[in-house]
Amino acid sequence: MNQRFYDVEVFWRWSRWLKSRRVQRKNAYFGFTQKKFGVNIAAAYYVLHLGGSFRFTDQSEWVHANSRGKFSYNFLNTPDSTIEEVDLSRTLINHNGLDNIVSQKTLRSLSVQGCPNVDDWFLARLHVFGESLQELDVSHCPRITVGGLVALQHLRKLRRLDVSSLVGVSSPSLVRILLEEMLPLCEVTGAEYDQGFVQHDSMGQLKEDTWLETRSFPVCIYPAGSEPRLAPSHSGEFLFLQAA
Amino acid sequence: MPGTDWSPVELRRDLPPDRADIVVVGGGVIGWSVAYWLKKKERVRDGVRVLVVEKDPTYSEASTVLSAGGIRQQFSLKENIQLSLASVDFMRNINEHLWVLNEDPIDLQFNHSGYLFLASESVAHIMEENYVTQREHGAKVTLLSPAQLKERFPWLNTDGFGFWGLENEGWFDPWSLLNAFRRKAMSMGVFHCHGEVTGFTCTTSSRETEDGDVLRIKRIKYIDVKMPDSREYQPVECAIVINAAGVNSGKIADMIGIGSGSEHSMAGFSLPVEPRKRYVYVVHCPDGPGLESPFLIDYSGVYFRREGLGGNYITGNSPEETEEPDISDLKVDHEFFQEKVWPHLSHRVPAFESLKVTGAWAGFYDYNTFDQNAIIGLHPRISNMFLATGFSGHGLQHSPAVGCAVAELVLDGGFRTIDLSAFDFKRILQQEPILERNIV
Repeated sequence: MNQRFYDVEVFWRWSRWLKSRRVQRKNAYFGFTQKKFGVNIAAAYYVLHLGGSFRFTDQSEWVHANSRGKFSYNFLNTPDSTIEEVDLSRTLINHNGLDNIVSQKTLRSLSVQGCPNVDDWFLARLHVFGESLQELDVSHCPRITVGGLVALQHLRKLRRLDVSSLVGVSSPSLVRILLEEMLPLCEVTGAEYDQGFVQHDSMGQLKEDTWLETRSFPVCIYPAGSEPRLAPSHSGEFLFLQAA
Repeated sequence: MPGTDWSPVELRRDLPPDRADIVVVGGGVIGWSVAYWLKKKERVRDGVRVLVVEKDPTYSEASTVLSAGGIRQQFSLKENIQLSLASVDFMRNINEHLWVLNEDPIDLQFNHSGYLFLASESVAHIMEENYVTQREHGAKVTLLSPAQLKERFPWLNTDGFGFWGLENEGWFDPWSLLNAFRRKAMSMGVFHCHGEVTGFTCTTSSRETEDGDVLRIKRIKYIDVKMPDSREYQPVECAIVINAAGVNSGKIADMIGIGSGSEHSMAGFSLPVEPRKRYVYVVHCPDGPGLESPFLIDYSGVYFRREGLGGNYITGNSPEETEEPDISDLKVDHEFFQEKVWPHLSHRVPAFESLKVTGAWAGFYDYNTFDQNAIIGLHPRISNMFLATGFSGHGLQHSPAVGCAVAELVLDGGFRTIDLSAFDFKRILQQEPILERNIV
């Protein structure tokens, strides 16, 4: 529709611009909070503002907002506690938002599962946690590609890495092998060794479920209720689709 | 028809328009970046009419697409560092800048592996000074001692220090950047034309200097664009010309008459940009360094980087000044690999003793023979030609920021974001080179 009507195109652009503005606001730098309360409280408040949860080093309970979005401000009483674990899954964090968290040098575990704005540039900034980060979960992030995963080489203390369902990575099993070589002490989960491979059964024929992915053939669409008819010159295999 | 583009008889569709405000000569990444920024900075819709003239639509010999595609902040000049940082900032948010409705989002395939410069004892102190400058300007570079190098990169055989970029360094696909700029610029209304610039029509005015010498300043009125495979040409009336022709910038400058005066006059200084051929070899080594291998640059000039996930690498070396290869074609010399690249490479990375060369290509650097740094700014003898050339191998990585700088120069009258007055042409007239010490 937006190719035919300029108004529709304008609305589309506006909605995209508003979405990007929302992401920018969510990832703004909490400079005022940092100056007034200190970097630790600012980082804690930032995580809660995004909708995530965290755990301080000296406490064993996670702090997060309840289902109505309210959270307690008890963290204001402990300005010297640094954050040890952060869960930012399904939030709008992007590489700019990391400005608020880079001060937490004791960060041990980070999860950004399912974040739509986490991309390779975000991973490239994680090198600041090279001495402390032990667990990282970047599964279900559509924008991550191999180019960003190579930036994880700086995280020498990483012990658990979850890379499941990364749409941007085309050969997950190969990437898993290469990641295991790159980070020898790290356990990489989420990409099975046979994912992305073309499967053969015992007779050497392609298995049923891979047949459609690996072969391409012409399509014949025929109306419902009739039989498909092909001219004698057409031979070979066709994919028959019945029009509804 | 005067005042509009309409004419009653439409002779040929692909001729450029009769008049344009700004003509960009050269359709590489610098040319299209300048065109994009000019359109981005115009304050009125259709405020400037920009025409980009490109000789070869297949880009078969263009430096942009034949480059290895690396970007680094490890330079010695602060302008180069700032240009790299600004360009990387642009690329980080490239989809916000260059997104076009109904088109796919741009994927630069940026690999964030960083550059690793190895320094021998003799050059370590120069590189340390550069390291301090880089850190001052915000580049995230770290210094690795020999022990740390051995521990991080066990496949590396070295005794010197290493300078490793932690963030914002790596390599990407130059073709996608070029196409992104082109697509966005054309969607903003930049005219483009496949043709070759064959001549200029200028008016000359004379001025007398204090010493009584007569200065002849030219002003370009028309630029002749010749159609491919034809003798037909169109004189495009223009106000400003931007010379972003890369390796052919010297030829364009000669056409106007820069360099055609006596040796001691200002007219005698030609644009010192010429093509220099560089070879890139694709090698395959199954036991080579893995995913973590950075873009390694040895102090002997040899470099290599990983390409893809299948154990392939790209490698090359810069030849000595006296042994520059012939520039008449883009044929690859495999002897150069055997003699100049492989020995140093296998000494540095022993696993590469058993590599196999699977392919090679050659490309041109638009080499600034004076001091190997960009020339950006007006030429003193031509009142309306801006130069944006002579990048000597780092044009691609600086292209977004250089485009912005040239657009500011044209539309705002001076540099606003990054001050590139050090790259002005007058340093060539005054014979004061600004040398970049980290050239690859």
